[in-house]
Amino acid sequence: MRDADQPQSSGASPQGPRAANLTRRAFITKGAAAVAGASAVAAAVAPLATIDREDIPSIGEFLQKHYKEMTAEDKEQVFARIRLEVEKRHGVKVTLTDPPALNGVEYVYGLNISRCIGCRRCVHACVKENNLSRSPELQYIRVLEMKKGSIDVESADHYYDPATVPDPDKYYMPVQCHQCAKPPCVKVCPVEATWQEPDGITVIDYDWCIGCRYCAAACPYWARRFNFTDPQVPDGEINPDMTYLSNRPRQKGVMEKCTFCLQRTRVGRMPACLEVCPTGSRKFGNVLDPDSEVAYILRHKRVYVLKEDVGTIPRFFYYFDERGSRYHDPIGAEDTGGDA
Amino acid sequence: MKKYATFLWDCFRLSFVGDWRYHLWMTVLTVVTLAGLHAYCHQLVHGLVTTGMTDQVSWGMYIANFTYLVGLAAAAAMLVIPVYVYRNMHLHDVVIFGELLAVSVIIMCLLFVMADLGRPDRFMHLLWRFNFPISMLTWDVIALNGYLLLNLHICGYLIYCAYCGRKPSPVFYVPFVFVAIVWAISIHTVTAFLYVGLGGRPFWNSAIIAPRFLASAFAAGPAFIILTLQVVRQFTRHTVHNDALLTLRQIVQVAMIINMFLLACEVFTEFYTDSAHVASARYLYFGLHGKTTLVPWIWTAIGMNVAATVLLMLPASRGLKLLNVACILSIVGIWIEKGMGLIVPAFVPTPLGEIVEYQPTIHETAVCLGIWAFGLLLYTIFVRVSVPVLAGEVTYEKRLSQSSVNSSLATGGALAKE
Repeated sequence: MRDADQPQSSGASPQGPRAANLTRRAFITKGAAAVAGASAVAAAVAPLATIDREDIPSIGEFLQKHYKEMTAEDKEQVFARIRLEVEKRHGVKVTLTDPPALNGVEYVYGLNISRCIGCRRCVHACVKENNLSRSPELQYIRVLEMKKGSIDVESADHYYDPATVPDPDKYYMPVQCHQCAKPPCVKVCPVEATWQEPDGITVIDYDWCIGCRYCAAACPYWARRFNFTDPQVPDGEINPDMTYLSNRPRQKGVMEKCTFCLQRTRVGRMPACLEVCPTGSRKFGNVLDPDSEVAYILRHKRVYVLKEDVGTIPRFFYYFDERGSRYHDPIGAEDTGGDA
Repeated sequence: MKKYATFLWDCFRLSFVGDWRYHLWMTVLTVVTLAGLHAYCHQLVHGLVTTGMTDQVSWGMYIANFTYLVGLAAAAAMLVIPVYVYRNMHLHDVVIFGELLAVSVIIMCLLFVMADLGRPDRFMHLLWRFNFPISMLTWDVIALNGYLLLNLHICGYLIYCAYCGRKPSPVFYVPFVFVAIVWAISIHTVTAFLYVGLGGRPFWNSAIIAPRFLASAFAAGPAFIILTLQVVRQFTRHTVHNDALLTLRQIVQVAMIINMFLLACEVFTEFYTDSAHVASARYLYFGLHGKTTLVPWIWTAIGMNVAATVLLMLPASRGLKLLNVACILSIVGIWIEKGMGLIVPAFVPTPLGEIVEYQPTIHETAVCLGIWAFGLLLYTIFVRVSVPVLAGEVTYEKRLSQSSVNSSLATGGALAKE
């Protein structure tokens, strides 16, 4: 290289007589180098040839607007496209709607720690209802098996697997998205792909998320799940009642999370995890309605907010029974649902 | 305009010219880059499942390297400050190499961020809905791209002036140099704020991270430059005086001491308090519940950093051999400490107390190596082109007179070794 920096005025003239000869040689050498280079690049990008056709965004997808910027017609078009895609992929007729947040409603979720038996039925009901990937397995609810005498999550067992539950020496603490009133996940998102709805539910526009996973780093409740690869749901197990902001199938490379089953709760039903709970440990409702169960619990029960110190003001809380807990009486028909 | 196009074309041609060592080096870098591209294409097809990242540890080597490289880009500021603020002229002739380094390193940073995205095809969503000023990531986008543009402008302007054979006008670059100094500090601060603002991650949620970033950056960056300058003076005819290297040595020395001090502050606060928040730090330094993957790494890093600090304190490190050893120790030590040592432990244990370890995959490592190779490739080209241009050996006028002599020179023969 040192020599190569010689001023070229001296370098140019001696070339004259040999120019033709050199040019041919140079041409062949350079041509060979170019061919080798091009084939190396081709080999490097070869895996792209195996890409799933469905993974390549269509023009429509590519130019699709952010959910909040879509007009009614835009939505109609986009929803029609998504419906078609799901139908093509899974061979089922689906309804894709977009129920709005109800006026004067703020959802709150209470979980009775005294009653939960750790059966994980909520986990699986959620997976089915929300079309969560079965392979790789994705779950919004994580049930922690806690040691009595401590509420430190670090001593919890996430993968307990006994023949029967509950273990009399343990208690159980299911954790899912806390739908914080001051959500750090929303704050950090660089593209506003996630936001809080008027009814308090934090949602994601799966078609807008760029997959940076900053929200996952910010969440103090480990409530966000990322699609590290294509989510797989068997055709027969698709839940066809879908909404744009909740349980429609997700793509590879985007974030997803619990939405308090807004496809159900915004039309007057209960979340799937609550409906399936055999012990009545789960209570859900509108905290702005003073006659609701959740409002009653908040007024009268001993309530515990997980990690209250991080200050995100969750809309999910835990509470304890004074009577009727599984620790005092066996769970029987006579006292399920007795307390709250 | 035509002149500028000729300039770019000449730069392009120059980058292919050199002796066999140069060609070998460039070929190796190209091969590694292409291997990285290959691994990245796999990732595009199959998703980030090709990496070792999980829902538990959702950021890994990509973000670790990104964080380290943001620091390396500081090298430029550390060369510029002595020259333009303190009028220390030892470094005057080498400032440009720092700025070129900043350009290549920032490009690497952007590539690492792109590699980390689950949906790089939606990158332009940043333009439509930019969550500024709420999201720190948007601040980082501005900081990094701004720094890239500033340095591109400064280097580009100086080199182009040399090519045109005219004296650079201070009005067009000195103000930018001063802006770039502040900007260099801001890219670190903003990158640190990316992490420290998260209440759910106690390991990051500490005010000392930003100052530590700066200190370690101002050690690793100039250390890298010390090595680079020696390579430049070995392989080109550009003269680099030992005084310049020794000035940089002083900077590395002071920055290293501050870095070690801040590290000690951090470690003391964590372990003396010994609250529940110490879990991540314990995982990093001693392992948690039998999980110890990072322990050998962090102690290696600390060993290297301590050794480098001691070496730099010895007068013997005014000799280049020892200085180089100290530089390599601090570059690698800080890479481990600030990369894997800062990013991964924040995810272990998870906010729900689960301990899942992170193990980068071969794919992920290949992508990282590819980006590093590409960065070195860029930097090599930048240095290769700028040395003869700045020395006045390749100018527009010479080019014009040559073209009239022999029009066939467009094939690049004019610049070849013969």
